[in-house]
Amino acid sequence: MSRVSLRHRLAERGIDRNLLLLLPAAVFVLTLFIYPFFYGVGLSFQPKRGGPLGAYREFFTDAYLRDTVWTTLRLSLPAALLNVLASVPIALRMRGRFRGRRLVTTILVVPITLGTVLTAQGLLNFLGPTGWFNRILMSVRIVDTPVSLTHNYWGVFLSLVITGFPFAFLLVLSYLSGIDPTLERAAATLGAGRWQRFRRITLPLLAPGLATTFCLTFVLAFSVFPSAVLVGDPSGTTRVISIAAYDAAYVKYDYALASAVAVVMGVVELVVIATVLGGRSLLYTGSTSGGKG
Amino acid sequence: MTASFEELRLEGVSRSFSGNAALADLDLTIRRGEFIALLGPSGCGKSTALNCLAGLLPLTGGRIWCDDTRLDTLPPEKRGFGMVFQNYALFPHLSVWRNIAFGLQMRRLPRAEIRKRVDDAVHLVRLKEHVAKLPGQLSGGQQQRVAIARAVVLEPSLVLMDEPLSNLDAKLRLEMRTEIRRLHQTLGLTTVYVTHDQEEALSLADRLVVLRDGKVQQIGPPEEVHTRPVNKYVADFMGYRNLVLMQASTVEGGRVTVTGHGLTLVGTPVGDIEPGDAVVVGVRPEDLRIGDVVEDGPAAVVEVVEYQGREVAVEARTASGIELHLRTDRRPAPGDRIGIAVDPRRLLVFPAGPDS
Repeated sequence: MSRVSLRHRLAERGIDRNLLLLLPAAVFVLTLFIYPFFYGVGLSFQPKRGGPLGAYREFFTDAYLRDTVWTTLRLSLPAALLNVLASVPIALRMRGRFRGRRLVTTILVVPITLGTVLTAQGLLNFLGPTGWFNRILMSVRIVDTPVSLTHNYWGVFLSLVITGFPFAFLLVLSYLSGIDPTLERAAATLGAGRWQRFRRITLPLLAPGLATTFCLTFVLAFSVFPSAVLVGDPSGTTRVISIAAYDAAYVKYDYALASAVAVVMGVVELVVIATVLGGRSLLYTGSTSGGKG
Repeated sequence: MTASFEELRLEGVSRSFSGNAALADLDLTIRRGEFIALLGPSGCGKSTALNCLAGLLPLTGGRIWCDDTRLDTLPPEKRGFGMVFQNYALFPHLSVWRNIAFGLQMRRLPRAEIRKRVDDAVHLVRLKEHVAKLPGQLSGGQQQRVAIARAVVLEPSLVLMDEPLSNLDAKLRLEMRTEIRRLHQTLGLTTVYVTHDQEEALSLADRLVVLRDGKVQQIGPPEEVHTRPVNKYVADFMGYRNLVLMQASTVEGGRVTVTGHGLTLVGTPVGDIEPGDAVVVGVRPEDLRIGDVVEDGPAAVVEVVEYQGREVAVEARTASGIELHLRTDRRPAPGDRIGIAVDPRRLLVFPAGPDS
């Protein structure tokens, strides 16, 4: 009697034999992600010298290492913000059905499939000192000397926008299509103009989605590596944190320091995400439909 | 903004979607204070007509006049009409109070006036204890009342309602129907109401507009549409469940004798009918009476009996195989042979042509 009721009570909370199906995935995650993660964290506390916190002390006292945090944030925060902000008006225009919508979506999304290296190569060809962009600018005499857009901050920034925008756009578009279109129509019949409809109805309902999108594109941009090396200035203005980690691990063979850099990277990301999601929790995050449908 | 009008005229209002006419040449004059119901089966163009009036759909033909002001070129936010949507379209992130206040805030009215008018509207729809809640925390009927309050708080010159009761259960639907009627009587707001429910339209409206395939079939007061439908489609829609294809044999003095399926009946012609014409005979279930079985008289065998409270609905079949629906307070048993009687005034005879 009591055994039966225990099994029933467990089943009611979703605990039954079907749960075993989760096992393979759980083992996979455990061995390939969680274990290496803790191994790395452990490693960061075992440097060759300076006690358990030696690697961290080295990171934060060496300006060449410490400043990579700011360099990376300076690139990734504006890039993520621009990606989200630029996605909103375009997604708003792309919401309805129109001829050629699929083509436009495809063109907007293609950079995802290209990969960062190909994008970097394209940028070098297009924006380099003898690229089309500068040749056109010079031939119509807007500038006399080529504008420097590669091998510096702007090259990496543009690369982050090109590869990050499609993600942001697709996410924003799907959040936007989740908002009941009759809400805006209702607002229109109540006298709200186009801008007020956006500000008072669409934006508040979209804002939580924008916060999530920002977090995801930020994480993508924060771990930038290939474009920082290829179109950036990897020893100067675009020496991002992942380059520091790479240097520590494969140039200096200091695994403790490399792990410490990785942990710092994770903590910085967590702080930014926690801040954004903390702000998000102040927003309305419930249903985005206007009633029973 | 339209303050108020004497007459709202729709002249040849048309709307087509990629070449298919969803609404064709709607002519209608709405007088101030009137309650108009647009009635028809789904896909008849009634919601299209409403959206055209609201400004949510641009017209592809025709004009809308508000007294002497042309209206169809204005965007929805400039028309000053209130609209109640089928799914209510309440703003999910705003409280009941803020939902109702939205339109007033858009008009930049003084804060004190907004507060007073919203409070009045809340009182009118009896939602006082729910003002601070979000729409998601309300029941369907309460959401409906918020939607109505939000539309009427602006005292719009015209209220548009798009099947507002179709998402409610039967009991609540009756209650809200009375509520809408009561509101119309108290506030006297001109209303255009879209529905596919003939009973709803009959009970609420001062005038009905019956639509089919985007075309107006009949415009008239409820009694007229109910008792004198102009063609077989309107009859079908207004509850003439028995529609039988027959032939006119003699026409005289406002009476027509029809024959077919082994039956001979006398009815009232609607439209031009000549002897020999193919006709459709329409009669309501409640106008068919069970009589005695007489020699050569119409008779049928009872097949299904459904108890429906005060009356029973009977499905019977004649010897020639026609199914008849009738309602009676007697209680025949399946298999009984019954005679059929009908008042010639209640038996309408329509031309059988494809359209009329």
